Parts: sequence; C-alpha cells; structure tokens
Amino acid sequence: MPEPVTVFTSRVVPLPAENVDTDQIIPARYLKTTEKSGLAEGLFHDWRFTATGDLREPPFVLDRPKMQGRRILLAGANFGPGSSREHAPWALLSWGIRAVISTGFADIFRANSLKNGLLPIVVSPERHAALFDLLAADPDVELTIDLEAQEVRVGRGPASAARAGGAGRAASVAVPGVGAATAPSAAGTAGTAAALAAVGRAFAFEIDPFARKMLLEGTDEIGYVLGRLPSIEAWEASHPARVNTLG
Amino acid sequence: MADTVRPRTLVEKIWDEHVVLQDEGAPAVLAIDLHLVHEVTSPQAFTGLRTRGVTVRHPERTVATEDHSIPTLRGTGRGLPVVDDQAAFQVAQLERNCREFGIPLHGVGSETQGIVHVIGPELGLSQPGMTIVCGDSHTATHGALGALAFGIGTSEVEMLLATQCLLQRRPKTYEVRVDGRLAPGVSAKDVILALIARIGVGGGTGHVFEYTGEAIRALGMEQRMTICNMSIEGGARAGLVAPDDTTFEYLHGRRHVPQGAAWDEAVARWRRLPSDDGATYDRSITLDASALEPMVTYGTNPGMGVAVTGRVPSPGDAPDEAGRRALDKALAYMDLRPGEPIAGRKVDVVFLGSCTNSRIGDLRQAAALLRGRRVAPGTRLLVVPGSQQVKAQAEREGLDEVFRAAGGEWRESGCSMCIAMNGDQLEPGQYAISTSNRNFEGRQGTGGRTFLASPLTAAASAIAGVVADPRPLVDRDPVTVEGR
Ligand code: SF4
Repeated sequence: MPEPVTVFTSRVVPLPAENVDTDQIIPARYLKTTEKSGLAEGLFHDWRFTATGDLREPPFVLDRPKMQGRRILLAGANFGPGSSREHAPWALLSWGIRAVISTGFADIFRANSLKNGLLPIVVSPERHAALFDLLAADPDVELTIDLEAQEVRVGRGPASAARAGGAGRAASVAVPGVGAATAPSAAGTAGTAAALAAVGRAFAFEIDPFARKMLLEGTDEIGYVLGRLPSIEAWEASHPARVNTLG
Repeated sequence: MADTVRPRTLVEKIWDEHVVLQDEGAPAVLAIDLHLVHEVTSPQAFTGLRTRGVTVRHPERTVATEDHSIPTLRGTGRGLPVVDDQAAFQVAQLERNCREFGIPLHGVGSETQGIVHVIGPELGLSQPGMTIVCGDSHTATHGALGALAFGIGTSEVEMLLATQCLLQRRPKTYEVRVDGRLAPGVSAKDVILALIARIGVGGGTGHVFEYTGEAIRALGMEQRMTICNMSIEGGARAGLVAPDDTTFEYLHGRRHVPQGAAWDEAVARWRRLPSDDGATYDRSITLDASALEPMVTYGTNPGMGVAVTGRVPSPGDAPDEAGRRALDKALAYMDLRPGEPIAGRKVDVVFLGSCTNSRIGDLRQAAALLRGRRVAPGTRLLVVPGSQQVKAQAEREGLDEVFRAAGGEWRESGCSMCIAMNGDQLEPGQYAISTSNRNFEGRQGTGGRTFLASPLTAAASAIAGVVADPRPLVDRDPVTVEGR
C-alpha cells in the first residue's frame, strides 16, 4: 500500500522530451523481476548509460550531482505512453521521484502512478512552458506539491487561503503574493521574475477525487472493492459467466 | 443507470451492462468477463494476493500463457534455453501461481501456447460484448471481436484476481471512420499507422476508438485485430469493431464459444451490440482508405510514419520547438537525414511476428511475396508465428518451407523480437523492418533501430534488402489480403 502523501517540497529535475515512453523509463529487460523494488538502477537506463555500462558524457540529467534527492520531474508533453508496465512508476519511485509534471499523461501510466502514490500533475501548455522557463532562470527553484489543497506552490509557503482544504475542481488560476511563500533562490533577476509571473505563485491541479481521497487516507483500493463483494455476488447471480476457461 | 431510449454506442452498451455499482464520486466497479495473464506483469500481483491471504475469485474466467520471455528456439522436452536465470525464475513463478490458484495455463510445450493476444481470439475465449483485460497494453486487440478490451497495470491485475472487478471511469468515445476501399498491397497495418501518423501517439488519450466505415467492414477478423491492436499507439486504451457476420463466422466452432442452441442465443445477443443509429461520439475522424499507401515509420514512436514513397521529414518543418527537438532526437537515433526517401534504406533484419501481425493471414501474405524468391544477401529474416496453432496451420500449408527456401528462419511462437526479452534482438546500430507495434528506442534490442511496416512491406523489403514498396510485387502476383 502506498504511504500517505500530503505535502512535500523539492527542487525539480527538468526532462524536456516529449512522449517519453515506458520503454525509456524502464527498458524491457528489467521486467524479468518478480519484485516491485530495486528498479532505480534501470530507470532511464539507456539514456543514462552507454552500451558498455558507463555513464554517458555529458551525463543524463538524473546523474548530475545537483539532481540527487530531487522528487519532482518536469517532463515534456504526453509522458508515459507505451506499455502497461507498472515497473515505470515503481522505477521512478525507487529513484525518489514523487510527482511528474507534464501537459498530459498516457492513460495506463497515469492509473498505475496513482495506485503507487506517484502524482501525475497536468498543467496547461502555457504554464508548462513557463515552468521550464522558470527552471532555466532558476535551476534550484523549489516547488511545493500539496495534495490536500490540490495546489502547486513556488517555494515553501503554506496553502493559499483560496483553496486550503482542497476545494476540488478549482480553476487553474495564479494566486499572486500568497502568504509567506519564499522567493525563488535567484529572485530578482528579470528572467526569473517574468517566468514566475507566468507560472503564478500557486496554481491548482486536477486529480481524480477518488484517487486523491485514497492517497490522502492511505486507503487500499483493493480493500474498497473487496468490501463490495455482496454487490458483486448479486451482479454475478444475474449475469451468467460468458466463458469458462477451464472448459 | 442506462437510459434505454437514448441511442447508445457499442462501448456504452458494454459498459452499462458491466457496471456493478458506482458510489458517489467514485469510479464504477466494473465486472470483467475474461482476464488474460502472462509471466511478466503478474508475479507481483500473485505475491499481493498471498500477502492479503485472498485467493483468485474466478480462476475459470482467467487464462494464462507464456509468451514474453520464452525462447523461440527449442529442442525437445522442457529443457528450455531461457535467456537467463531471472527469466527462467519468472516463467517458473507463473507455472507455480497457476497451479496454486487453479488457473489454466497454455504454457510452453502445449499446442495452444502463443502470444496472449493471439490465443484469446483463436481459442474463442474473446467474444463480442465481453469486458476483457490483461496486464498488457495491446489487450485492445480483442476489441476486433466487439469486446471492450484494455490493458491494466499490475496493481489492477491483483485487484482483478481478488475481485473479478476493476475500478474504472467511463471512457470517452472516439469514432474512427475509414471510408472507401484499400488498394492492392495496402493492408490493415497501413490504416492504423496512417491514423497514428495523423493524430499522434497521444491523440486518443482518455478515449476508446470505435472503428467504423466501409473499409473496416470489408476486413477479415485478423486484419481488424491488427488495427485494434495498435489503438494504444494512438493513445487509446481500447479500440473496437462492432460484431457482424464476419465476426460470427470467425468464432463459429471455436473451442470456447457456445455451441448449438446456445450459439444461436449468443448471436442474437451479439447482434444487438452495434452502435445505435443516432448514437454520438465525443470525437471523430474520417480516413479515406483509397488514398492510403503502404506506411513505414522513420522515427522512434509509432506516430512518426510516412508513406513508403515518402521522405523523412525535416525538423525545420515541425510546427513548434518541442516538435523540432523530438524530430532531431529521433533522426539522430535512427541516423537518418531530413528529406531523404525512406525507401531504399538498408535493413539488416526483417522481423515478421508479434501480436500485431503474426497470424496465419499475415504469414500467408508475406509468403505469397517470398515464394520462389530469396531474402537479399546480408539481410536476416526472422519469422515467428503468433501461436502454436498458427505455426501448425502454416506448416500444413507449407509456408514454413517457403520462408526457409527464401533463406528465412522459422521459429517457435512467442513475442520474440517485438520486445527483445528472450534473446532475439538487434545488435546496436542495426536496422530492422518489423511487423510489430513499437519503434521506441531500444525496443528490439539496445541501440537497435526499427521501421514499423505491414507484412507485405516487410516481405518486399526482405527481398530487396532495403525498405521497399510491396506494390510492384503485388501487382505482378496478386496477393489476397484475407477478406471476409
Ligand atoms: S508481441 Fe510484443 S506487443 Fe504483443 S504482447 Fe508480446 S511483447 Fe507485447
């Protein structure tokens, strides 16, 4: 069962590639495991290592010393297409990533991520571009991801009053100058200020309300369905089996 | 619940029938009729069951096969030359899990073993109106029979084993209408590659495709499977074709379909499935089949495709910076130059196989071009039938001899070089023309490069030793693309 996620702050790993498929996230030869753990080594393996197993030169973004310990990945459009392998979120989580920000996610990857407490955060193309600009201007900028408030904030500040408590389907609007939000570390440069204005100090994100509830409560979805067995039995009683694989 | 007056689509009809319950704000608890299992995405799910102390709720609605990591070369008996100890352990785990939980396994050595998406339809397990899932993104293949079939992750496999249900949100619908008729030498693979080239690999995200139109109706079941199979490559988790007489003829008499009076009842039920007149879709697109040419991909996702007569696009023509970057990266990986014709590019390996194109009709098409011809020197042809039944049928027809006489290798059934987990793989830098479904970097072996194409284009390319248009050969020697 995923550990409950509520709020965390981290610097960001930029990966400006579109359509990053699950074969890149974790190549098929790592799927021979029968465990969920230990997949960090395979994460983006062929982008990180040469055929002889050496780190690429220059190193892939994950292997730059400054990226160690970062928990947010800012990726290009349509992250995670391809195979259904849940090894993809397992590998990202094993490395330490807890949220991926993109303009969109492939359906199966998104579902698999939510089941493991990896947050797929969808932003508009404009804000997505602005986030990359912000990162270019201030590579060490911190973002706070607040699942309860359904909000991403620049810096470490508390939830904005507008949506503390998780107002749910709040529109994606910037809430300027909120609370005690710390300024980005290189604040003052014109580039940072402009990018920050385009990103907004805080913005809401959409997430399936059921998945959010399960994650916040640390509840297990299989337990939820097992709790509905009487209804399942009733349905089955009125819907004969379509096939008998043992027959 | 369902409003019985409002016209509904095929997808909505199947969905409505399978909703067990839906709590306020929660996804629906959706009943699943058939669960397909393979060795790669299931072990952690069985471990989860044991940890919970629950059993498999419906082993008789579950079926397993070994396909991904098994070798396609074998001697006699069970001494499998599995690629490494980890793969051997994983295969052994599946066998143990199936024994322990009473799940039927069409394993290696069985005459019904094969790629999971080949054996489901072949055994008559996949039927119209069903919900079918597998821990595998190409489960949409079974949608060709008029089933709502989609891929799931391992956590969902565990939920399904425990409850025979999944938590799902109702998908949006996307009509893909293909009007007109395909020209000779153009087949289902070209239709789906053309669709994905048009809408992109994320174009169908959040949706289920329903393929309609004259060109789809004219296709046989296997060709429909080829199209539905690659729905996921267009971002759609599922893709369906409404059942019709072609479907019923295909299914009649297969091992797991109803017989006698039950068959007639089933057909009557299935005839009510097609989308009602006036039913609406959330999105739609129309393709003109008669304008399609054989397609080949040049890049590193299935949306990067052009007609075989076309040229590799230039990053400069991309509409935006991200597109330019993506194309630059893809062409660097593929070592292709912007603007060069795709035809004539050298191929080292021709892979004829995978759940997209390894059925008997696919093999017949390729064999029709290869009969009496030779694979070009320096090119390797690997033919991997989708199942043991396909293999046996091909051997009855002498197709194996055609491939061997042409200089090709004839293998045992499995996923093989589609995913390169079993030792069948490209060397770094090699080019393959492949009838499989993914041209991602390293998919067919680390550093390997993939051109996706139809069986006809793959066969013509094997003969030429370079990417080649199959139409001149087809015109000389008309090939029957399996019809009704
Ligand atoms: S043939 Fe390829 S795509 Fe199909 S199930 Fe096997 S690995 Fe997956």
